[in-house]
Amino acid sequence: MTTLQPPAAAEPRPAPPPVRRDRRSWKGWGFIGPFAAVFALVFLAPIAYSIYLSLFRDQLIGGTTFVGLENYQQAIKDELFWASLGRVALFLVIQVPIMLGIALLVALALDSGRLYGKSFFRITIFLPYAVPAVVATLMWGFMYGTKYGLVGDVNSAFGWSLPDPLSADLVLASIGNIVTWEFVGYNMLIFYSALRVVPHSLYEAAEIDGASQWRVITAIKLPAIRGALVIATIFSIIGSFQLFNEPSILRPLARNAITTDYTPNFYTYSLSFSGQQHNYSATVAIIMGLITMVVAYVVQLRGMRKGA
Amino acid sequence: MTTPVTTPAPTAAAPAGVRTAPRLRRAKEHRPGRPRRSKLLTVLTSLVVLYTVVPLIWLVVNATKTQSGLANSGGLWFADDFALWDNIRDTFTYGDGIFTRWLLNTLLYVVLGAGGATLLAVLGGYALAKFDFPGKRGVFATVIGAVAVPGTALAVPTFLMFSKMGLTDTPWAVVLPSLVSPFGLYLMWVFATEAIPTELLEAARMDGAGEARTFFTVALPLLAPGIVTVLLFTTVATWNNYFLPLIMLKDPDWYPLTLGLSAWNSQAETVGGEVIFNLVITGSLLTILPLVVAFLFLQKYWQSGLAAGSVKE
Repeated sequence: MTTLQPPAAAEPRPAPPPVRRDRRSWKGWGFIGPFAAVFALVFLAPIAYSIYLSLFRDQLIGGTTFVGLENYQQAIKDELFWASLGRVALFLVIQVPIMLGIALLVALALDSGRLYGKSFFRITIFLPYAVPAVVATLMWGFMYGTKYGLVGDVNSAFGWSLPDPLSADLVLASIGNIVTWEFVGYNMLIFYSALRVVPHSLYEAAEIDGASQWRVITAIKLPAIRGALVIATIFSIIGSFQLFNEPSILRPLARNAITTDYTPNFYTYSLSFSGQQHNYSATVAIIMGLITMVVAYVVQLRGMRKGA
Repeated sequence: MTTPVTTPAPTAAAPAGVRTAPRLRRAKEHRPGRPRRSKLLTVLTSLVVLYTVVPLIWLVVNATKTQSGLANSGGLWFADDFALWDNIRDTFTYGDGIFTRWLLNTLLYVVLGAGGATLLAVLGGYALAKFDFPGKRGVFATVIGAVAVPGTALAVPTFLMFSKMGLTDTPWAVVLPSLVSPFGLYLMWVFATEAIPTELLEAARMDGAGEARTFFTVALPLLAPGIVTVLLFTTVATWNNYFLPLIMLKDPDWYPLTLGLSAWNSQAETVGGEVIFNLVITGSLLTILPLVVAFLFLQKYWQSGLAAGSVKE
């Protein structure tokens, strides 16, 4: 069968017998080429450009000068940057486990086959994913209102005095709630899709052994979808570190609580567009990118090793 | 394991293992026997449903209120006057019909951006799955590495670069970055590996079909569910995009819906700006409606596409 493989068209050298060699031609580039070209333009070039920018400084006197790693030194000592990073880190360790936990529980419930109206649950919980962050944040922002919002309604209906979700103490949690609302269904679907392809035979074996539902979940289902769990965690980490839309859209409602350096991303945005500090902004973006990649990488290594 | 981001190894394995031509495994119900339905579990899951739908119900209810009705009535019930139709009319006519313009802009960005991203992902995924070419490992590693780079970390440098190239404040500034979807590429790669038997490609080539023809007549039809999935997800990404247009566009005439709604919302903040929260809410409802409908109607396709994406190795 392998000998039937035609050699690449117009191959000058004599076709070698191993098949794998034959397929190694430039033809594939005809298909991947367009993607690679655009990718180079909108991914690689900006990365290279921002590294270049980070090595210069634009000063009122003297114009743009090469400063080596001075921008990086400045960033490492920048308290605003570290404060913003601390905020997203706190956000990350609380919001991500809650969101993924709910998503996993719902996915397991759907997969257990014990729900009435399974497809209704699946599609309804997924729906918020189709809602833009802008709309989600506007909606929740209205609802958070203690005067005219739902929080206000609840207060007046029950005579409670719920705290203002947009106060400085609570605004991070309120943002976490919006993000959870947006992505819980998406993550649920990823877990559910992974659960669906767990081989049938494993469950039969467990049934014969008289394993409990709980045992089936911990011994079969969770290990089987570890890959999906790791992926969802990594994407959530990246998402948390990039946090921008929700705080920036919520800011008009909570000007004192949400500063323009609230998250690292908000900070780079403000540096660039209000401060015109493009070079420093690029430096902060690079550092943030590196931190994100390192954390994602560590999670991946740990996640894949555990019990593997 | 399941995923590429975690294991670049399958790249090497895929071309070597093509002989076996794995078929797309269909996800089936894998229950041994039929478990009893549980009311308790259903009630618990309903709580999550409640959490997801209350804001949506709030949106629908409040789209029926006038500006004064919004302030004078409870959030989850209707006001005295039902103003939905007036709101919809006003949304489309306010500010010389700028909402219509934003809608058309969004459609333009979706057709070019999401359509283009899907096309590039399909071609690229097919190449990664069915060809061995010089630099393949490099391409794969770069793209996987890029997934971990926060997109927003790139936004500012991209803006500066585009502004040097004179692309900012034009549709291209929004469309070009939307054309690359690493997730779409990954999904198409996994999908093409599973769904296209390599023998079929060989047979077409033996019949003298060129690569382009083989792709269009043999591969493309088999990729349909994967294409729908990628198209749907890139459409959501483009339709919902906020940060990129926020950075790239100044001229409200090029705004997409997301940016426009946000501008209407913050209009209340500006001195002398007219407060039009009723239009913000109605506009929000109109913005999410097309996507919600698309997801509901195309359920069958994208769910099978997603399932294929998580097929275990």
